[in-house]
Amino acid sequence: MAVIGPAAISRPVPRPDVPEKIGGSVPYIGDIRFPGMLYARTLRSSVPRARIAAIEIPSMPEGYFVVDKHDVPGKNGVHMLTDEQPFFAEDKVNYVGEPILLVAGPDREEIDRILKKIRVEYEEVPPVFCEEDSGNPDVPPLFGKHDLFCEYEIKRGTVEAEFEKAALIFEDEYRTGAQEHVYIEPQGMAGVFDGERVTVYGSMQCPYYVKTALVQGLGWEEDMIRVVQTTTGGAFGGKEEYPSLIAGHVAFAAIKTGRPVLLVFDRAEDVYSTTKRHPSRIRIRTTVDGNGAITAMDIDVALDGGAYVGLSPVVLQRAMFAATGVYRIPCVRVKGRVFATNSVPAGAFRGFGAPQAFFAVEMHMHSLAEKLKKDPLEFKRSYMLGRGDPTVTDGKIKETVPLPRMLDRLCALSGYDSKSRTFKKEGSSRGIGVSLFFHGCAFTGSGEKDKIKAKVLLKKQGDGSVSILVSSVEMGQGAQTTLRKIVAQTLGFDIGRVRYENPDTDRVPDSGPTVASRTVMIVGGLLARAAGRLKERMDETGEVEIEERYVQPPHIEWDQETFRGDAYPVYSWGANAVEVEVDPVTFEVSVTGVWGVYDVGTPIDERIVGGQIEGGISQGLGYATVEVLQQQKGRLLQKNLTDYIIPSSKEFPDPVYELYSSPYEYGPFGAKCAGELPFVGVAPALAAAVQNATGRPVRRLPVSPEYLFEAANDED
Amino acid sequence: MKIEFTLNNKPETVDTDPMRRLLDVLRDDFGLSGVKEGCGEGECGACSVLVNGEIVFSCITPVGTVEGCTILTIEGYRKTDRYRTLEKALEEAGGVQCGFCTPGFVLAAEALLRRNPHPSEDEIREGLSGNLCRCTGYSGIVEGIRAVAEREGLWAT
Repeated sequence: MAVIGPAAISRPVPRPDVPEKIGGSVPYIGDIRFPGMLYARTLRSSVPRARIAAIEIPSMPEGYFVVDKHDVPGKNGVHMLTDEQPFFAEDKVNYVGEPILLVAGPDREEIDRILKKIRVEYEEVPPVFCEEDSGNPDVPPLFGKHDLFCEYEIKRGTVEAEFEKAALIFEDEYRTGAQEHVYIEPQGMAGVFDGERVTVYGSMQCPYYVKTALVQGLGWEEDMIRVVQTTTGGAFGGKEEYPSLIAGHVAFAAIKTGRPVLLVFDRAEDVYSTTKRHPSRIRIRTTVDGNGAITAMDIDVALDGGAYVGLSPVVLQRAMFAATGVYRIPCVRVKGRVFATNSVPAGAFRGFGAPQAFFAVEMHMHSLAEKLKKDPLEFKRSYMLGRGDPTVTDGKIKETVPLPRMLDRLCALSGYDSKSRTFKKEGSSRGIGVSLFFHGCAFTGSGEKDKIKAKVLLKKQGDGSVSILVSSVEMGQGAQTTLRKIVAQTLGFDIGRVRYENPDTDRVPDSGPTVASRTVMIVGGLLARAAGRLKERMDETGEVEIEERYVQPPHIEWDQETFRGDAYPVYSWGANAVEVEVDPVTFEVSVTGVWGVYDVGTPIDERIVGGQIEGGISQGLGYATVEVLQQQKGRLLQKNLTDYIIPSSKEFPDPVYELYSSPYEYGPFGAKCAGELPFVGVAPALAAAVQNATGRPVRRLPVSPEYLFEAANDED
Repeated sequence: MKIEFTLNNKPETVDTDPMRRLLDVLRDDFGLSGVKEGCGEGECGACSVLVNGEIVFSCITPVGTVEGCTILTIEGYRKTDRYRTLEKALEEAGGVQCGFCTPGFVLAAEALLRRNPHPSEDEIREGLSGNLCRCTGYSGIVEGIRAVAEREGLWAT
């Protein structure tokens, strides 16, 4: 496979959404004013676990309302994988920040005064905080018998036999912290009730997740509910499942008050009450034979799911399916569990379990190489997956894996070879590290075929323009530009003739959620097929509507019960290098260089893919270094953007990167996935660089000065 | 209390609590929704406006403190040639994704280029460091402003 020149589709075009964003004229949900609109604010649990004994509500001024569990006309459970998270607390609370009720009214300051007067009497229950609390007889279980939301095991070969005959067993444990999304636009929704139907407007990734949740919460027929996505100011997974909860809140409030109701979070509320990246603890034990070759890996993945299931089982699956990284390991067992704890629920976040797994396996391979006195990169290179190799779920890699050449390019770009030698010789405080990684494109397992069943419509209007009707949202990632380009190029049009508007469930079919880096490959793929069919009918007069539905490519074999087969239809691949300098006194880590080489198939617009890479790297460097989010007894210690630090323009140098394109037969124009991949490998490359600089193993994220200080002292 | 100021080149008077946030006055009383609330504590810069040509976080500015001042929001600035130059440069450099932070960055860029028409990359990064963007990693924003600083004479004195 050769590096191909940029395809016509890859050449950047102006983004149609950008001019009105720069000028500030496009309305986000917080900018919309409905006639007679009320504002709402949420009263939240102030304790991690309690029974609610009583709630005292003061007499309410005229025009102000309390909305709570009594106002949920249907089931008081937010529909996701399960329904167990209530819209409003029933008789108990399970995390600090859990919503109990709303106060709605015309004046925001008056609402705050009313909220301060409401008294909640709690009878506290001993909370569950960590894996170790599971099974503690003094702590009543939070979920099931053992506080486990889910537990899985996958294996290929017999690990036990390899442990019996191993010449060396190398074992390590890796931990990663929580992370906050910090989309710059906080969560927000508005509900409007016209006496018959409810319409919910808001910042979201998944209009049909929201609609399904409303159908259940309202107990109404589907056609009585409409969901409209408003221009969304960043999401990163944080607006995947969470908006369904507050969509219910504004819908119930609009019905009760008979007025439109707007609920927009302030930043502190958003930080302490919305979902986070799953903290993880991953233990890897590797057996090595007498020749220094890996014979087996036994991996145990534990995620902290917080108080409710949410999407945790699927996050865990993605973590487990990435547990052996990009390596060919002859014999594997992966156990995985998600623990229920009385902390803010963990949820979807760019990478979706894979960043935790890649951190663990990349650091493990690096440290194992050092233990075996081999060069980490050469060691990793000798185990790299190739076409026909088995995956951790005993599927087959069907594609040519371009990693060897990508790694050559990465080394050339970053000067890895000479730098790693020089830094080691100097015994200096500088270091360079490399990570190798993939991202499985689109939904895990049979999700696309069995759960999502995407449907798209393409409509030629009477005026000759063509409308894209899909539920995929523009949240900054460029979806409306890439989808328009795919259709325009297939039809041989200028992009200006292809229309896209923010999804409205009255207008668009369910093409699935805007998640899992699936939009270009899956939804764009369906649109390319629809456009191919429309092309032949463009000379018909009047409207022409073309529908396409997802059909699983024939090469995929997957058993969702046993987790055997091809967990993903195809993979995007990546390699990162990070160079650091670690202050020997303060242990502060300065990043002095970042490089990347990525294969996302054919890029649909190189500038948009570049934006995903630059933003993903910045968010990944934040995750790896400054983004410290700690819980103490169910309370987050960081409360807002003053103490939860995300990268500013000064922290990190511009990344240098290249695209290496292996087109995918079933992706539109050969595209694979690009949104999450650039996040996945950043933290392990940084950690490897720090390990290279300090000469001590890094087993924690974020790599904070406090951690490095402790690690240095522990081992002295 | 009556407070007078010039807003987007027009004299205005508001009769309000001087402790109200300038952000709320601009958004609620004047409908200037290009001024965004991202954090409410002066950390993210989405609410940036120019007060007497200096960048100010309107979410931590009591409206009483702008008596007699000249305020420029994105709604006023977007009518200028400098805005159009920055708009084009940011678009070409890929400096805009979700857009929520963007008006604030545009005004921060204006404040920077006014002080220093030809900033170095470090000076650009320093000048933008009061504004947070979570989508772009800043590369496209810095690049856009560098392109303007290198080739445009609109800010040169």
